[in-house]
Order: sequence, then C-alpha cells, then structure tokens
Amino acid sequence: MSTNTDATTGVPAQRSGGNDEPRKPGKNQRFADGGGVLNVFSHGFLALWAVLIIVPLIWIVLGSFKNNTEIGDSAWSWPSHWGFDAFTRAWDKGIGDFFISTVIVLAGSLTLTMLLGSMAAYVLARYEFRGNRVIYYFFVAGAMFPVYLALVPLFFMMKNLGTVIPWLGLNQYAGLILVYTAYSLPFTVFFLHSFFRSLPSAVHEAAMIDGCSHSRAFFQVMVPMAKSGLISVFIFNVLGQWNQYLLPLTLMQQQSSGDPDRSMLAQGLMNLAQQSGYASDFPGLFAGMTIAMLPVLVVYLSFQRQVQAGLTSATLK
Amino acid sequence: MRHRKTPFIFGFLVVPVVLYIALVIWPYLQTFGYSLTDWSGASPDMNFIGLDNYTKLFRDSAFLDALQHNLLLLIVLPLATILLALFFAFMLNVGGKSGTGGVQGVRGSAFYKVVFFFPQVLSVAILSVLFQGVYRTDKGGLLNGVLIAVGIVDENHPWDFASNPTFGLWCVMGVIIWSGVGFYLVLFSAAMQSIPKDIYEAALLDGAKRGTTFFKITLPLLWESIQTAWVYLAIAAMDAFALVSTMTPGAYYGGGPDHHSEIMATLLMRNFITYGKAGYACAMGVVIFFITLVLSVVSLRVTRREKIEF
Repeated sequence: MSTNTDATTGVPAQRSGGNDEPRKPGKNQRFADGGGVLNVFSHGFLALWAVLIIVPLIWIVLGSFKNNTEIGDSAWSWPSHWGFDAFTRAWDKGIGDFFISTVIVLAGSLTLTMLLGSMAAYVLARYEFRGNRVIYYFFVAGAMFPVYLALVPLFFMMKNLGTVIPWLGLNQYAGLILVYTAYSLPFTVFFLHSFFRSLPSAVHEAAMIDGCSHSRAFFQVMVPMAKSGLISVFIFNVLGQWNQYLLPLTLMQQQSSGDPDRSMLAQGLMNLAQQSGYASDFPGLFAGMTIAMLPVLVVYLSFQRQVQAGLTSATLK
Repeated sequence: MRHRKTPFIFGFLVVPVVLYIALVIWPYLQTFGYSLTDWSGASPDMNFIGLDNYTKLFRDSAFLDALQHNLLLLIVLPLATILLALFFAFMLNVGGKSGTGGVQGVRGSAFYKVVFFFPQVLSVAILSVLFQGVYRTDKGGLLNGVLIAVGIVDENHPWDFASNPTFGLWCVMGVIIWSGVGFYLVLFSAAMQSIPKDIYEAALLDGAKRGTTFFKITLPLLWESIQTAWVYLAIAAMDAFALVSTMTPGAYYGGGPDHHSEIMATLLMRNFITYGKAGYACAMGVVIFFITLVLSVVSLRVTRREKIEF
C-alpha cells in the first residue's frame, strides 16, 4: 500500500500532512483539499465544544473572587478585587470538616478496596476450583445495577447494625468505609481479574518451587508485578469514591442533634448550595466548589492516561 | 513441598465475598421481597400484599408520567451522546489533513481528549451546583448572560431553564450529555485507533470521500463499541436521579414544576423517605431494574452483528 502512495503522489508516504508544500494537481489534489476543508470544519466544532466545557468551569473559579452583587448583577462582570476571603468563609462553613471526613473515609475504604479486591481477583484469575466462575460473575453482575435499587434495604441494614455495633451504624465513618468498599469491589475485581490473567506464570512458578507459600507469592511476587494495573484501578477508585453522592446522602445523616455532621464533601457542598439559597453567599459556594474540584483536577491531569484507560476498559471487554 | 491450596483460596476469598454479598447482593434481593409488602419503613410491621403495589403503580398517574419521561431520556440521551461522541472521535482520529501523508487526526487531538473527558470525573453534586449557576434565572446566570449578550433574551426578562415546565427535563439532559460525551469519545477513539490506517488510505486512494469512509469503514468496524455505549447510556438514563432531584423545583427530590420533569427515581425516593411507603418505593425499584435488564438484553440482541476481525 505504501509503495502505491509513493507512486501516485511522488512524496514519501511517511511524511506527515499539514505542511504547505505544493502538491501536484489531479486526483490527489482533490482529496487533500477535502481534508483541508474538513480540518477547518472539524477544528471549529472541536474548539466550540472545548469552550463549552472550559467556560463554565472558569466562570465558577472566577465567581469565588467576586462579591454577591457582582454575581447577581451580570454573568460577565469581572471580580473587583482578588482575595481569598470567600475560600476562608467556605472552609469555615463546613467545607473544611467535609474535606477531612472525606479523606478519613477514603483512606480506609481505598486501603480495604485495594486489598480485598486484588486478593479476590487474584484467586479468581489464577486458581481453578469449583464455583470460580459463579463467584466471578456474581462480582461482575453487581456493576450493572443502579445503586439506588439497594438504598432502602441498605439504609435499614446499617441502621440495625448500628444498634448492635454502634461504630458501624448510620453516620459512622467505619460503616461508610465498608459500604464504599463493597460497592467498589465489582469494578476492582473485574479490572484486576483480566490483569492478573495476563501476567506470565513463570516467575510465580519459580517462587512456588523455591518453597514460597501461596500468600507470600501473592504479596511479594504478584503484587509488584501487577503494579501498573493496581495503580490504574486505584486512581479510578479515588475519583469514584471522592465523588460518591447517593451513598453518603442516604447513610451519613445526623442521627440526633448532638451527632456531629460527618457529611462527605459532595454531599456537604450540596447542602451548602441549598443553604446559600437563604444566606445567599454565592462566592462562598463557588469557592467551595473550587475546593472540591481542585483535587479531582490535579489527580486527573497527572494521571489522565490511566484514568481514561481505566474508565474505558470497564466497558470495552 | 506443595502448599495446600484450599485454605489459601478460602482465606483470600471469604472476606471480600461475605462483604459483597452482605452489603450489595443481599440489599438488592431484599428490595424484591419488600416490594410485595405494605411496609412503611418506619415500623417493623409489614404485611404480605402480593402484587398490589404493582397494580397500584400502573394506575398512579405521577408514576406513568415519570415512566414516559424515563423513556424520553432513554431515546434522547444515547442518541445525542453517541452521535456527538462519534462525530468528535472521527474528527480527532481521521479528520485531519491527509493527502500526502496518510490519514491522521487533527492537531491538538490529545488536548481535546483531555478537556472533553474532564466533566466525566466531576461528581454529580458538582455538576448540579455548577449548572444551577449556569441556568440561573436572573441575568447573573451564565446562559442568560450569553443570551443577553447576543441579544436573544431581553435583559429585564431572563429565561427560566430548569424550572420551566416544557424545558426543565431537557435542561437536565443537556447536563448529562455535556458531561458524558467525553467519555464515549475516548471509548470510540480507542476503537478507531485499532482500525488499521491502510484501510482508510486505500479507500481515499480509490476516490472515496470522508463521509463515505465514515459510513462504510468506521461505523461497521465500531459497531461493537457503539452497542456497549448504548447499554451504558441506557443504564445512565434510568439513573438521572441526582441531577433531576437537585436541579428541578419540587418540595422533595425535585421533579417539578408539577411533575413535569418527574422520573421514576425521584418518585421512588419521595415515596420512601417523605411519604414512608417503603414497600411501594421498592416496587418502583424493581420496575426500574426490569426495564434496565430488558433494555440491555434487547439492545445487545438488536445491535448484534457479525464480528469483523482485522
């Protein structure tokens, strides 16, 4: 095919397009021009969509530097002074506490998710035993159902659990950690299952012949080998659990007036949005959003390849 | 020398499986059981009432409205998202100048992919608060600001968006499409990149136009990804709860004005939390489950084609 191209255009096939070299007239000229028109056309639409994505986000960040009258007066007003008082206000109003609550829960749930998820995926991927397929499909099926299908029973289960083991009930960090972990398992097991399958078995076999136990082989041989897959699924879980909304909305409700507000960040932000309807502190609200978006943006921009690969591989296979 | 396998397998599986069954599978199953009772949720009393909840459900006009809105979402969301994502993915991968150097994407395609995908990692809470700002019904709202600037909207009579009976639901759809296109773009992009470039080059040399290459080459070879996307979007369309409940007006869990943007999930939450009809709410959950299930099966069947190897 490439020799054909060489013959008809007279330039090497490997040269990239987009430079303004004179081209020979004829058939090739026609579709080169077509590409050019399409290029302007496609850039137009792509740029338009990029603007539609970026402008609202920048508008929010700018909003946290405006004051209330500037926000209500016109969408296009520029902040009159650049200060961080809206951020301090948002942080004091609860965003700070929600931030810390979220970090506490995530520290626990991510550790558990990664540990339990990789253990289950590893055994299911590399050991033959009765019921293997059943358990695997059990995990995969869980990813297909909408979460709120389980909300009613889950709420009462956690409530009842709280009467037996108080620190596992509603509005408790440990309870939410377990729920997050359980709902993150389907994807984690699914993703790591195919990953552990793809790893070569020679190293593992050598370790076993040297007398390594099964669990030691897992932690000291397989986990280091699976590092890239573990990182992908970890990032995916960080974003997923950081942004979780329905589960904390249902499970992290204050049980009495003395019960501290342990809202997660997304949920707390939503509450702040509803309150600001009365107190009308829109700069504070926008600042809270900026605070909530920043970690996501940083994680996403640093790992965007893994994030995109991780999210799409959930659907591709 | 061989270590025993069974205790190891058991030891590694028992905690994740127990946790998963207790907190995910068991609640799912319980929902089915509760849907056959008149349970209020608040008291432990419940009576078995058979399929009464279901017969009541299909005489409830609010539920039938919600069902219609869900069906509208099911048609519009996948169609709009897939078309936009396909269009952008085609632009990014084969829309660039070609002529001499073979088929390639436009310049900056990596940048576009990063930007377009970003809304996908934002939580629904952030999306909701963000678009409450965009859709504000005074001149401080971003959308009204734009429309005033170009002269479509009178400065003293800004439009209402999410609270409008006719357009409320469409405004929510706009948010879902806005945030979802990037994900499917990346999905289709990955599939397009696995199509050998020679095929396009051969077609272009034979005089095919770009449009023809898209319909004759890209689309058939991408069919499997499109079908997957369809299933996932159908599931997403059944689960628009968070946005509808926070962006549209209504006393509890949105759905207004006057049920105009009601969907099954908002009705479910209102019946469960506000009205204390846990059994009735569970019946709605089961209906949603079956619609989702039927849709995935149907769309997998209908869109099935012979797999093309290359």
